[in-house]
Amino acid sequence: MTPTPLGKDLLGLEELSADQIRLVLDTAEAFKEVSERPIKKVPALRGKTIVNLFFEASTRTRISFEFAEKRLSADTVNVATQGSSVAKGETLVDTARNLEAMRIDMVVIRHPASGAAKFLGERIRSNVINAGDGKHEHPTQGLLDLLTLRDRFGRIEGLKVAICGDVLHSRVARSNIWGLTKLGAEVAVCGPASLLPTGLDRLGVRVIRRIDEALQWADAVNILRLQLERMEGGFVPSLREYNRIFGVTRERLARAGREVVVMHPGPMNRGVEIDSDVADGPASVILPQVTNGVAVRMAVLYLLAGGSPDWATHPAEDR
Amino acid sequence: MTALLISGGRVIDPTRGTDGPADVLVDEGRIVAVGHNIPLGPGVARLDASGRVVAPGLVDLHVHFREPGQEHLETIASGATAAAAGGFTAVCAMPNTDPVVDNQAAVGFVVRQAIRAGKARVYPIGCISLGQKGQQLAEFGEMVAAGAVAVSDDTRPVVSSQLMRTALEYAQTFGIPVTDHCEDPSLAQGGVMHEGLVATRLGLKGIPAAAEEVVVARNIVLARLTGGHLHVCHVSTAGAVELIRRAKDLGVRVTAEATPHHLALTDLACEGYQTSAKVRPPLRSAEDRAAIVAGLVDGTIDCIATDHSPQHYDAKEREFDEAAAGVVGLETALPVALAELVKPGHLSLLGLIDRMSTAPARLYGLSGGSLAVGAPADIVIFDPNAAWRPQASDLHSKSANSPFLGREFVGRVDQTLVGGRVVFDRSVKNIDG
Ligand SMILES: [Zn+2]
Repeated sequence: MTPTPLGKDLLGLEELSADQIRLVLDTAEAFKEVSERPIKKVPALRGKTIVNLFFEASTRTRISFEFAEKRLSADTVNVATQGSSVAKGETLVDTARNLEAMRIDMVVIRHPASGAAKFLGERIRSNVINAGDGKHEHPTQGLLDLLTLRDRFGRIEGLKVAICGDVLHSRVARSNIWGLTKLGAEVAVCGPASLLPTGLDRLGVRVIRRIDEALQWADAVNILRLQLERMEGGFVPSLREYNRIFGVTRERLARAGREVVVMHPGPMNRGVEIDSDVADGPASVILPQVTNGVAVRMAVLYLLAGGSPDWATHPAEDR
Repeated sequence: MTALLISGGRVIDPTRGTDGPADVLVDEGRIVAVGHNIPLGPGVARLDASGRVVAPGLVDLHVHFREPGQEHLETIASGATAAAAGGFTAVCAMPNTDPVVDNQAAVGFVVRQAIRAGKARVYPIGCISLGQKGQQLAEFGEMVAAGAVAVSDDTRPVVSSQLMRTALEYAQTFGIPVTDHCEDPSLAQGGVMHEGLVATRLGLKGIPAAAEEVVVARNIVLARLTGGHLHVCHVSTAGAVELIRRAKDLGVRVTAEATPHHLALTDLACEGYQTSAKVRPPLRSAEDRAAIVAGLVDGTIDCIATDHSPQHYDAKEREFDEAAAGVVGLETALPVALAELVKPGHLSLLGLIDRMSTAPARLYGLSGGSLAVGAPADIVIFDPNAAWRPQASDLHSKSANSPFLGREFVGRVDQTLVGGRVVFDRSVKNIDG
């Protein structure tokens, strides 16, 4: 396996340098154009086999990866194993051995256990892309959020971005924190203290207790999904109270007195962490996030497959 | 059994506070003389200990041998062999086997298997509650009569304060300690490592230090109420050390142990989802680790105990969340303690032998821990300068789940004697009865 500009695997943004992150964003920028063509396909990954291994349900991430793979002309197989009666650990070790035996080029893995992508990457020669592992990281989501912010503001450096909600259980939050801080943004988290992990201050992240303060401070907010299990886990008392205290509403946004760009990794709980008129309002970049997701994933697949980083500047030969 | 003259070694005996060159004469299973230039009498074998340390055999108050129930991980024989190879002459076996050791017959089984193995002495610890269910007291009296030296529901914290109170009261009849794995299950629920920045970064659920400290505090209060002897298993947090220190100042009958891995490692060892560093209680912060060292130095923590917990390779070769917790410790405890306590100058070698032999033997009223004339000849002889890197193939335990494999250590056990009999000799393969 020849080394690529991103290394063998994409496990998280913590492992990437600012230059590597910029390379992905620049490459994605060039790939955006492919999705605007009548025939949305380039032969960059022709002959490569990719397995999308989803141990956890995720329609949107899986579809986004599939589009990215198909637009690069890769051969793809989807394996969804959630609900399997086999114990998770056995499945993962055995799956790794089977994939190795089938000479797969790349594996995209989504798994409920933190570290699962790394576990797989250490045991197979194929490139592994983390499509979300437990509460650890979701690097392609972090990258698409960065691309969306860069599209909107023209820069990341110096931006103030508040990540709001259930940071404790969020892999999106962790990838955002690494990506944003590496590219020079200021990062804050805002949510009930019961849903904020310990030690974030030592990563240079500011903690804001009230959502109104966060909206005052931020240029952009990334609003995390509040999962129903958090009520059962006793982290917050009710969805109703969560919406009243932490929900991003039109009135709250208006009180900020200037435009605050709104992001959400989806799927949204409208009326809980975000109100519909915010999600569908003029400050929302939620749909551009989805569009950018395909471009970012194309860039990651392309670079890990050994594609030339010059794509961003000399993309002509494939056209 | 022939008499044995262990000559020319550096003899350390914490019971007399001595550390210096001497000969030790052993006969009929006991130490018969300690002094200079003891002549080699007729029919006496010589064991040349020059350049090496001769000390009372190490004593471990906390091991998990997996017999009955999981003999593929460890048997009493393999565990006792590993103990001897690590310089331990006596170990206390926790009762969380399958079935659990909660009655006199089960205690008797452990005693018999240990005698049959003929390696290190193995003292059973009985359950606090029947079936370790945390409800009804087990029969302490009958278990003690059969050989149990303490009671514990280890791996399962005693949740009911009432049960802990009763156990501390009832145990006094038999003069045994009640030893608890102090952890609040609701605070620890779902946790797989120390709650802190490393867990946050790895996206793993943390176990806060408070989970240990609230139960240590409760147990201390109950020990004070009852006058019973509370022994705190595997102390892992700075707050717990401080609670125990203050309780001792108040005269509460509390004693404590710490493991070699909590002395040597922090939560950083879990980086990269290293399941070899997954233990319960978890490896904690640098401040916690420093507090444990300080606690061992000032005697707040009385002794080192390994919490030797054999696990299968497959149980560790999986996602961190799903991996089994525990490390084997018997065969690396001495070199780890030498590296963490003696080399940096926290403890003298004499102080270390106290924490690993004399103090634990005294806490549980076990034989050993002394080289006084008349004491049983339970002796370890080790080379304090031998450098080595433990490999899985070096271990006598049936399991090799250790975070210390491949790391360079200085200090290696050469011989172990139990009752005057050589039960481990590095220069000889397979010593049998
Ligand atoms: Zn324990």
